[in-house]
Amino acid sequence: MNDWSQALGGFKPLPAIGETQTGNRALQIEEPLLFEKDSPGRSGVDLPEPPPHTSRLGNAARTAPIGLPGLSEPQVVRHFTRLSQKNYSIDSGLYPLGSCTMKHNPRLNEKMARLPGFADLHPLQPISTVQGALELIDTLAHWLKALTGMPAVAMSPAAGAHGELCGLLAIHAALDARGETRHRILVPESAHGTNPATAAACGYAVEAIPANGSGRVDLDALQAALDTDVAAFMLTNPNTCGLFENDIIAIAEAVHAVGAYFYCDGANFNAIVGRVRPADLGVDAMHINLHKTFSTPHGGGGPGSGPVVLGGALAPYAPLPWVVHGTEGFGLLEQAAGPAAQALGRLKGNHGQMGMFVRALAYIMSHGSDGLRQVSGDAVLNANYLLAELSVELTPSFPGPCMHEALFDDGFLKGTGVTTLDFAKALIDEGYHPMTMYFPLVVHGALLIEPTETESKQELDRFIAVVTALARRAKTGDAAEWFRGAPYLTPRRRLDETAAARKPVLRWLPVVAAADAAG
Amino acid sequence: MRYLPLTDADRNAMLATIGAPSVDALFSDVPAPARLAAPVDLPTAMGEIEVERALGRMAEKSVSAGSVPFFVGAGVYRHHVPAAVDHLIQRGEFLTSYTPYQPEIAQGTLQMLFEFQTQVALITGMEVANASLYDGATACAEAVMMANRLTRRRKVVLSGGLHPHYREVTATHARFLGFALHAAAPAPNGGEDLLALVDGDTSCIVVQNPDVFGHVRDYSALAEACHARGALLVVAIAEVVSLGALKSPGEMGADIVAAEGQSLGNALNFGGPHVGLFATRERFVRQMPGRLAGQTVDAEGRRGWVLTLSTREQHIRREKATSNICTNSGLCALAFTIHLALLGDAGFTRLAALNHGRAVQLADRLGGIPGVAILNDHFFNEMTLRLTRPAAPLVEALAEGRILAGVPVSRFFPDRPDLANLLLVAATELTTDEDIEMFAVTLDGALQ
Repeated sequence: MNDWSQALGGFKPLPAIGETQTGNRALQIEEPLLFEKDSPGRSGVDLPEPPPHTSRLGNAARTAPIGLPGLSEPQVVRHFTRLSQKNYSIDSGLYPLGSCTMKHNPRLNEKMARLPGFADLHPLQPISTVQGALELIDTLAHWLKALTGMPAVAMSPAAGAHGELCGLLAIHAALDARGETRHRILVPESAHGTNPATAAACGYAVEAIPANGSGRVDLDALQAALDTDVAAFMLTNPNTCGLFENDIIAIAEAVHAVGAYFYCDGANFNAIVGRVRPADLGVDAMHINLHKTFSTPHGGGGPGSGPVVLGGALAPYAPLPWVVHGTEGFGLLEQAAGPAAQALGRLKGNHGQMGMFVRALAYIMSHGSDGLRQVSGDAVLNANYLLAELSVELTPSFPGPCMHEALFDDGFLKGTGVTTLDFAKALIDEGYHPMTMYFPLVVHGALLIEPTETESKQELDRFIAVVTALARRAKTGDAAEWFRGAPYLTPRRRLDETAAARKPVLRWLPVVAAADAAG
Repeated sequence: MRYLPLTDADRNAMLATIGAPSVDALFSDVPAPARLAAPVDLPTAMGEIEVERALGRMAEKSVSAGSVPFFVGAGVYRHHVPAAVDHLIQRGEFLTSYTPYQPEIAQGTLQMLFEFQTQVALITGMEVANASLYDGATACAEAVMMANRLTRRRKVVLSGGLHPHYREVTATHARFLGFALHAAAPAPNGGEDLLALVDGDTSCIVVQNPDVFGHVRDYSALAEACHARGALLVVAIAEVVSLGALKSPGEMGADIVAAEGQSLGNALNFGGPHVGLFATRERFVRQMPGRLAGQTVDAEGRRGWVLTLSTREQHIRREKATSNICTNSGLCALAFTIHLALLGDAGFTRLAALNHGRAVQLADRLGGIPGVAILNDHFFNEMTLRLTRPAAPLVEALAEGRILAGVPVSRFFPDRPDLANLLLVAATELTTDEDIEMFAVTLDGALQ
């Protein structure tokens, strides 16, 4: 018995029925850490001997070993294959995480992103040798501008939150140019956490605006908070309750009336793509999560991409670099000079998430303008279907129609002893990823369900049946303990997050060194 | 449309259940004037064949790195990625999963992140690392802001050898957050007195190793001097393979390491997506930006992993978060981890030695050409050439002859005519004897 099998829970030489010696459960195979499979000197890569040379590293040459484990290729392939089998994914099932837009990731997009003419290009090659790449960025930019009705787009932000940073800094720069110093950003209480975090990262104070009884911005409260010290109002639309802000035109007018800017969090653009252009709603800036609406894979937490469309007043402040049309094809402005003299600066290395741009454009070209309109239509239809069917046993927070996601609260669990968390965890054993839980904060025990347009009616019907049955089981009143223990069939049962945070173990340490440290 | 499963019969049945007359009716909350009556005026749907053809044609308009002798570096490096890496990261369970907020069904991603954090800590010589940031440049800016929080000081000193993109991103944050930035002038010949810029309000000095001109140094003395003044030392690393050959920043006494991890597992990708590495000392962990995977046990006492210390993060802490970052570079981190797992200690140090050996060969060959001076005494896999004429037009001319010769320093510093003759050139394990010879002969011809 080696160290890791103890760490995994031990080795049972005489297991009972339903148990195994190894802790493995057929296709679920226990897997140690890479560092526990080490055999010093072994490598999974055969590299040639370095050519004869005299070192030019000087006194900075490494003298101590690093401690990386040595594995062969078959061990590495098996290791990561086994790890992958412990993950839920869109490929394996419905992933109803509200606000995350977990739609199918077409494999054509992966193939296109790997074309050497995109993937094997260096960002600092001469501009004359990267014309195809700049054409791709320009083509995607054209689509994003057309779909939003906005005149400009900053392509470099690396994710949604980075796009928010870009938009708020452009607003900051525009205010600076007007000679104004404003200190506050208004954000609805239902906002994504990134909104207030970004506002703070730009040096602003954050003020929360309450929701009204219909789950939308309280216009009176907003108007009361607006004054000439407000730099911007940030709003997700459709909002995180899955509702379209039907006062949005009045909101935009009120924001503009005090000289502030209207920033839209475009995380939920999937609900309206091809049907509503944010420019027609009075929006001054909006980021678009290419990894949501335009299906670039989430990859277990990135990479994303968050281009920001900008209105005319903010366009001059777009961050560097800018792709431009020149006399000899496409050009790239990398310095704050000439037409880009007012650019707010650089937000990341190089030019943006090119690999994500290729995937997003392949997705957009596949759908076309007609298909994108169908995307938002089907996404909203699927969500409303779930809202209608699940309202029989669950408690919807607001009446429909909803947009791309349906919000329920924990009213249906009242008195059952079952919490939103327990309910969602029970869904895991039935083969589903839980919905978004406890967000948005404006309803109690929120369950936010976003099916996306890439789920079939059959799949939705099955999900409805499962959720309905679980709700009925919860309501029997004697199932609280069972729910509290769920999930039962996963590679790991509920994990102790409190212990993880109280005494953080953030890396593997060699056993000897760990013992020394403990002593 | 091949990605949309609903049929018209499904749609009608679902509308009947909902009690809505049409899909358009579901959009009744949208102000009528803002509802588009028809699709936007752009091309309609395409099949796979048409998309492949159109994008394939676009791709062919560029000169891909692998098709020519290639010496471009300056923060992004062309290395060989073992075939297993790309195969494994395309497994749907990794590719199409979300951030691992539900740990019971995300142990694969979480264990991988724990392994990534450990690898990053090991190669940087630091105690802890996070689960990745966007790229090296944004990691550098985050490091500076973290140093400001830790020291409660508001002045930052940047080395002139720091990659200009890292400096510019940091400067963007400084401009809007109102902290002071003292960026030393570029020092292509090496040597700068950063300590002279440090005072009682300095939170950190940021240096890069190898620096943007290719110089490698031992910063141990600088780390000590920083600490004596109550400031932190941030070490940026743009070429992470160098850590297989160089003393680690941790050994030198660095407090925070901000690095670009693209060199392991990741393609050039025209500059993105890449993967930011971020490592520090254990006592600073609660001021770290970004996600962290941590070890714990499940309800049956078995070892497992969760995202932890989330009270630093935006989804819990909102405006008091240490950073606004949410989505980061998970899949690029996976590629990094698989590549480094394949290499192991023996492979990683061999890879670094091979890079250095190739670069020494390149330096020896190019340095012998009349009109070329190598500015570096010590370097890893990249160096600065001083030519007898401006580098940018020369690089353009060589590109026409299908050699990608490197990065003219003027691309970063167009307002510094005194740097116009400088050219950054890099070699990696993919550089061949023939590449070096062709470059040398062509450069010689162009200069004489």
